Amino acid sequence: MTTPPIVVFDRVGVTYPGADRPTIAGVDLHVDEGELCVVVGRTGTGKSTLLGAINGLVPHFTGGTLHGRVTVAGRDTATSPPRELAEVVGVVGQDPLAGFVTDTVEEELAYGMEQLGVAPDVMRKRVEETLDLMSIAELRHRALRTLSGGQQQRVAIGSVLTAHPRVLVLDEPTSALDPTAAEDVLAAVTRLVHDLGVTVVMAEHRLERVVQHADRVVELRGDGTVLSGPPEQVLATSTVAPPVVQLGRLAGWSPLPLSIRDARRLAPALREHLGRVPPPFRTAVGPSTPTPSAPTPPTPAALAARALSVAYGSTVAVREVDLELHHGAVVALMGRNGSGKSTLLWALQGSGLRSRGAVRVPAERSGAAPVDTADLAPADARRRVGLVPQTAGDLLYLATVAEECAQADADAGRPAGTCDALLEQLVPGIDRRTHPRDLSEGQRLSLVLAIQLTATPEVVLLDEPTRGLDYPAKAALAAVLRHLADTGHAVMVSTHDVEFVATVADRVVVMAQGEVVADGPTAEVVVSSPAFAPQVAKVLAPRPWLTVDEVRRSLELTPC
Amino acid sequence: MTTAVGADAGTAADPVAPTGTAGTTGWLSTERVRDARTAAAPARRARWYRPARDLHPGAWWIWALGLATAASRTTNPLVLGLLIAVVALVVSARRSDAPWASGFSAYLVAGLVVIAIRVVFRIVLDGGSGGHVVFTLPEVPLPDAAAGISIGGPVTVEGILAAFYDGLRLATMIICLGAANSLANPKRLLAATPNALYEVGSAITVALSVAPQLVESGRRVGRARRLRGEVGRRTHWFRQVAVPVMTDALDRSLMLAAAMDSRGYGRTAGDPPARRRWTAVLVLGGLVGVAIGTYGLLDSTSPRALGVPTLVVGLALATVGFTRSGRRVRRTRYRPDPWRSAEWGVTAVGVCVGAALYATSTVDPGSLNPSLQPLVWPTLPIGATVAVLIGALPSVIAPPPVRVTGAPASVPLGPATLEPSTLEPRALPNQAAAGDPDDATRIRRLRGEVPR
Repeated sequence: MTTPPIVVFDRVGVTYPGADRPTIAGVDLHVDEGELCVVVGRTGTGKSTLLGAINGLVPHFTGGTLHGRVTVAGRDTATSPPRELAEVVGVVGQDPLAGFVTDTVEEELAYGMEQLGVAPDVMRKRVEETLDLMSIAELRHRALRTLSGGQQQRVAIGSVLTAHPRVLVLDEPTSALDPTAAEDVLAAVTRLVHDLGVTVVMAEHRLERVVQHADRVVELRGDGTVLSGPPEQVLATSTVAPPVVQLGRLAGWSPLPLSIRDARRLAPALREHLGRVPPPFRTAVGPSTPTPSAPTPPTPAALAARALSVAYGSTVAVREVDLELHHGAVVALMGRNGSGKSTLLWALQGSGLRSRGAVRVPAERSGAAPVDTADLAPADARRRVGLVPQTAGDLLYLATVAEECAQADADAGRPAGTCDALLEQLVPGIDRRTHPRDLSEGQRLSLVLAIQLTATPEVVLLDEPTRGLDYPAKAALAAVLRHLADTGHAVMVSTHDVEFVATVADRVVVMAQGEVVADGPTAEVVVSSPAFAPQVAKVLAPRPWLTVDEVRRSLELTPC
Repeated sequence: MTTAVGADAGTAADPVAPTGTAGTTGWLSTERVRDARTAAAPARRARWYRPARDLHPGAWWIWALGLATAASRTTNPLVLGLLIAVVALVVSARRSDAPWASGFSAYLVAGLVVIAIRVVFRIVLDGGSGGHVVFTLPEVPLPDAAAGISIGGPVTVEGILAAFYDGLRLATMIICLGAANSLANPKRLLAATPNALYEVGSAITVALSVAPQLVESGRRVGRARRLRGEVGRRTHWFRQVAVPVMTDALDRSLMLAAAMDSRGYGRTAGDPPARRRWTAVLVLGGLVGVAIGTYGLLDSTSPRALGVPTLVVGLALATVGFTRSGRRVRRTRYRPDPWRSAEWGVTAVGVCVGAALYATSTVDPGSLNPSLQPLVWPTLPIGATVAVLIGALPSVIAPPPVRVTGAPASVPLGPATLEPSTLEPRALPNQAAAGDPDDATRIRRLRGEVPR
């Protein structure tokens, strides 16, 4: 090794005030110049702490005690505060909008350089270069708030790049993006690594998108220590792994494949074997549809929308959507950001805007005519259709989990302890004295879901619940949704996560520009689409297996 | 010989001379070249083109303050009406299509509201003196303690007119300031603040961007309340809406602070405390002076010494203070708004209008404050009229504003980024593709062919 590592962690530990144990401890880490380093680990294992320590935000900004030494390009972060490291390390957070200081793209790109005192003619040149580099030249005069999520994230990366940092730190840059926007951002990041030699350290939940580009994977193992090495080596044992890696582990492939391409080259034998095995029964998991051949469900629809349209001024967000949700089935709602998914869910629930059309749920008394959700009072509407909004925390306002549960019982007029029991069923073991804001993303989501389920709705709608969840939390959510469907609920969940859809959904509805463009069984809709196909389906195509679990079950029944 | 040929070729109706010959000889002929130039001139300078750019916000503010000063010196409704017309003309000619520019009509409405309030209060509270009673309101008897105040009673033309004139004056001033707000990006004005005010400037910028976020999260949380089915109950309102909105705002501000810190905000050279204190005293003292001076200038009843002298001294103090404190900030500015002749022109216009009416009001107050006792029709004094009309000049002097939304994406450099080399009117690619006749002429000129 001729060049010294650019980021060096030397027995680093961080302890936050009031914490009984260090968040990270004894971390030794070397990142070489020009590497793409992906930091993985479960929620709460200290990913953000590790990333924050690189530019000194930890502990200069967050507080806490730093043990050991962090050096970036030879500078010790203990003596240089983040603002002095600005020309060495560029940091982009999860929510780009929260980090914007100015209000137009061009000014935002220049802001960091203004702070560093870069000469005006150099600034001008760098802004133009960065606009081209991040492919945002046509957005230069646009207000930041009017940009899409992917554009915002690219502007945010561009705005730190103009300072020409040697290290770029990205904390889950794609967690709020749809697959296409995430591809744009990751393509831009890999271009930076390959063409400009920028060192990138990135935390990412959805590993399937980045791991094939990574030079190094750093796994936080939950006890404060890290495992660092080449991706194949770290992922062979890591607790979080993308489906393609899990499939590789299951099939015992070596070297472990990281991309679809690698996996397909290793897969012919497995594909051939699976060709001799009966395909998995996806629809057999729900009790109300006993055989996959039954074309019409035996029960009337739990919710039926007819010609539903929603318009905001002249923008039509949802256009004449016909949709039926049935008891015992999980329906996934997919589509790019801004295609009308959230608007549709809110309109179905009855409390969102609706311009035209009807959303009917069966009357509570048998024999009566179906009622429209928009005609119900909010308290009645939520007893029929429960919605967990995208920012689930908006529903929480009390100081402890116990208070929230008690309030939910009172609101729904149910015996005390109902919500508590539901929560225990969803996620066992949450301390009831915790403040809801201190819960993890997944726990908070479960609390809101429990609150909404307390009102015993038959239809449960969830708006992007997978955002910010790690693989185990997603698996837990999938189990919860499956359980809800099995107990007779009609569940609809909007998400960008194709792997999650493959795990949980019986049916997929795809929206584009406010219209339903595809509606059918998961296997049909998902496999035929290049954007929405899960990794396992891509590897095993044309075989109809979608998830690693399905493959595992088939292999258990008929081993190779 | 050459002259003859050139003359021949110059007459377009010459059917005999073959084009090739005429071209060759013409190329050598000085006469011919001059002829071609004059023929081409109208095509090349077909219209007088000025690059669109945003005028320096400071220039707009000085212009608007000048006009507001002018308005404050008169109650003549004709002069005031003319002022409003002038302001509206400039705004409609030179405002951009940015969101902040669309607020002018709101200021017009605010002006109307001011006039209405003024008149209504006058009618209800004190119908006024004078002989021309329009109608009489029933009088409300008030206890002796409220002597001097009357509710109801006779309402006179004089009273209503006095209130109207007064209200119109205030309304005109509001409209002038509204014009400045719609013509100049308020945030650019903050960006143009001296280095010393940089911290204050960025605090205001951040606060301005927080406001819409608060509204947004308030709306979102309000919507979420319906999901818990608790719309009717007011008791929980504060906790249900305020708590999530506030925590959200707090989270965001922490994230913003972290982002600003990691991007180098606050890299300033340290200053000894004593020096900082002196600077603060100078800045604050200067600003107080400016405030008092402005008040003295605008209020015609205050002593003369309170006006211009205090303003000048205050400005001087503040300038010294700003320079001193500005020295410790090490930062540069990206594309600062330039201050060119157009800025000087617009500023001069504003100062002239203000000064002219200031002078007129001291020399000839009668024409600017029409008499109500006895009632006379207001007249349009010639001097003031000319002065106010000068105020409309920025609609021509100022360069056309940058259009943001209309800018075609295919042109590599937007209108805001015009540089000397791009000042030529540029044919849009799609027009060129469609066979723009102008383009054909230009190509012929490049090939040395003469437009005939």
